[in-house]
Amino acid sequence: MKTRYTYGGDEHIYVEIDDEMSLDAFFIALSLSNMVREANIPGVTEILPANASFEVRFDPDVIAPDAMMDKIKAFEHQAEAQEKRLDTRIIEIPVYYEDPWTHETLMRFRERHQDPTGSDLDYAARINGYDTVADFIEAHHSQPWFVSMVGFVSGLPFLYQLVERDKQLEVPKYLRPRTDTPKLTVGYGGCFSCIYSVRGAGGYQMFGITPMPIFDPEQKISYLKDFMVFFKPGDIVKWKPIDRAEYDRITEAVEDGTYTPRIAEVAFDLDAFNDDMTGFNAKLMEALNDA
Amino acid sequence: MTLEIIKPGLATTIQDLGRPGYFHLGIPEGGAMDRLAFRAANMLVGNDEGAAGLEAVFMGPEIKFGAEMSVAVTGAEMPMFLDGEPRETWTSFTVKPGQVLSFGFLKTGARIYIAVSGGIDTPPALGSRSTYPIGALGGFEGRAIAAGDVIPVGDGSVVAEGRVVPDALRRRPGSPAELRVLTGLYWHRLTEKSQKAFFDDDWGVAPEADRMGYRFRGGQPMEFVDRPQPFGAGSDPSNIVDGCYSYGSIQVPGGLEPIVLHRDAVSGGGYFTLGAVISADMDLIGQLQPNTPVKFKRVEMDEALAARADRKAMISEIRQSLS
Repeated sequence: MKTRYTYGGDEHIYVEIDDEMSLDAFFIALSLSNMVREANIPGVTEILPANASFEVRFDPDVIAPDAMMDKIKAFEHQAEAQEKRLDTRIIEIPVYYEDPWTHETLMRFRERHQDPTGSDLDYAARINGYDTVADFIEAHHSQPWFVSMVGFVSGLPFLYQLVERDKQLEVPKYLRPRTDTPKLTVGYGGCFSCIYSVRGAGGYQMFGITPMPIFDPEQKISYLKDFMVFFKPGDIVKWKPIDRAEYDRITEAVEDGTYTPRIAEVAFDLDAFNDDMTGFNAKLMEALNDA
Repeated sequence: MTLEIIKPGLATTIQDLGRPGYFHLGIPEGGAMDRLAFRAANMLVGNDEGAAGLEAVFMGPEIKFGAEMSVAVTGAEMPMFLDGEPRETWTSFTVKPGQVLSFGFLKTGARIYIAVSGGIDTPPALGSRSTYPIGALGGFEGRAIAAGDVIPVGDGSVVAEGRVVPDALRRRPGSPAELRVLTGLYWHRLTEKSQKAFFDDDWGVAPEADRMGYRFRGGQPMEFVDRPQPFGAGSDPSNIVDGCYSYGSIQVPGGLEPIVLHRDAVSGGGYFTLGAVISADMDLIGQLQPNTPVKFKRVEMDEALAARADRKAMISEIRQSLS
C-alpha cells in the first residue's frame, strides 16, 4: 500500500491509504482515524473515515497545517499494526430491484449515462459479463456486504461486497451526476453499492429501492429513535430481494411503527474472512437466519 | 416576538454559523454561505455573531414584524423598503409591530442576510438552527421558509439606528471574480496541459449553483494522466475509489465542469478533486450570480494562511467600528 498525504485547502488533510479498494486499506484508515480522534489534538474539528482513505478537518489558527500533518503521519506505523477485527452486526435490507421509481428517474437522466439505450441494470449486467439482468441481480444479493464508509449525504452507507476480487461487480458512475435520485435508491458506483438516504443529486447507477428508511431527522421511526442515522462503518448487510407486494407491506409496517429490521450481532475478523470467504459468509448468514 | 412571512422569496432559509461535528455522517456544517456578511448583520443589531438570521438568494422575502426590533440587511446589494420607504443595507434600523420589509430587484451579489435583534429562535437541531433542506434538518421545520410561516424571535434589545459597516469593510467579489486555489488531493491525475489550462481559462458560474456546490463552465475539457484505473474506482478516468470531500474542494466529473463544494457539501464521493478554494474565499462564492466570470488563481499554503488572517482582521475591524 502506498499511503499518500495531501492538503485539501488550508483546513483539511486527506490521507489516501491506497488508491484501490481493499478491506486492508479500510481497516488501516479506520485505525488511523480512531488514533487521531483519541489523541484529542487541539484544533481538530472533524474526522471522516472513508473506504480506503480518511480526512481531518482542523482550524489552522489553532494548529499549523504542517504540524497537523506531522501529528497524523506519526500514527501511520501503529495503525498498520492494529488488529483487523470488529464486533459488529449483520442486517437484512429488503430491496425491490427494477422498481418503477428509479426506472422513471434513470430515463429522465438518460443523456448523462454511458449507454442511453438501456437501463442502468442492463448496462451493469452487460459490462460485468452477465447474460441476463436476473443473473446480475442474483450476484448482487447472494453474498453479504460490508459498510466501508458512511457519508455523501445524511448517513448514506457505501458497501463493499464480501467476495474475492475477481467476483466483484464494477460499474462507472454517471458521466455527469444526476440532479435527482429517489429516496432509498439502492445504487452502484465503482465497486460500491449504496443506499441513498434522502432524495437528491447522485452519480451512482440505480438498481432498485428499499422500503426501509435509514435516516430520520425527526427520530420517529422505531429503530431510529436513539439516533437519526442507521448505519456505521463496519456494519454488514445482506440484501433480500422483494416484490412490489412485499415492498408495500413493509412500507406500511414502517409507517405504523411495527417494522423491525432483522439484525444479528456478529464479529468480523479480516484474517478469518480472507482464509475462507465462503465459509465465513455462510456463518454470517446463519447468524442472520437465526435472528 | 415573531416574523410573519408574507412572501418567502426564492429559497430563503434560516442560517447561523453551522453545525460542525457531523460531517462524518454526511451531515454538513451548513450555515451562512457568506459568513463575513452574516456576522456583520448580527453585529449591526447587537446580537452574538452566531445568532440565527435569514439567508435569501437572488430575491428578497416580504416580512411583517410582530414586535419592535432592530433589523439589518447585509450581503448582496438589493433595494430595500420598510412600509414602502427606502432603507439602506449594511445599516441598522428599528421596526415597529406591523411594519413590512420588502425588497426590489437584486443589483450585485447573490445573497442577502437579514438579522433581527434577539435572533431567530427556532429549535436547534444537532446544535444549530441552520436549515439543511436535503436532510430536513434545522431551520423552520427543516425547510426553506414559506408564505404564512410565523417565525419565533428571541429576546433582544433594540440598538441605535444608523449603525453602519463602512464601505471598505464590505467584501465583494471582483470582476472577474478571483477565487484562490490550493492544488492538492488528486491534482496529479491531470496532465500538465490541463493543470495549466485550469488556471488560464476563463470560467463562468453555471446555472447549477447552490448551497451544496457551485458549478463552473467555459474552460476546456480536462485530460487525465493515463493509468489503469485502480480497483473499485470505476472506469472513467475522473473516477476514484469514493473518498472524503472537503469544503471548498473542486471536483470535475468527467473532466468537464468543475464543482466547488460549499457549506452544504456532500461529505464524500467518487469523482477526483484537483484541490480546494482557500477558506478565505469561500464567502465570495456565496455572492456569485450565474454567468459571473471567474478566474481561479493558484496560491501556496503561506498565501492561503495570510489571506485567512486578512479576512479575520477585516471581521475584527467591523467589530471595532461598531463597538
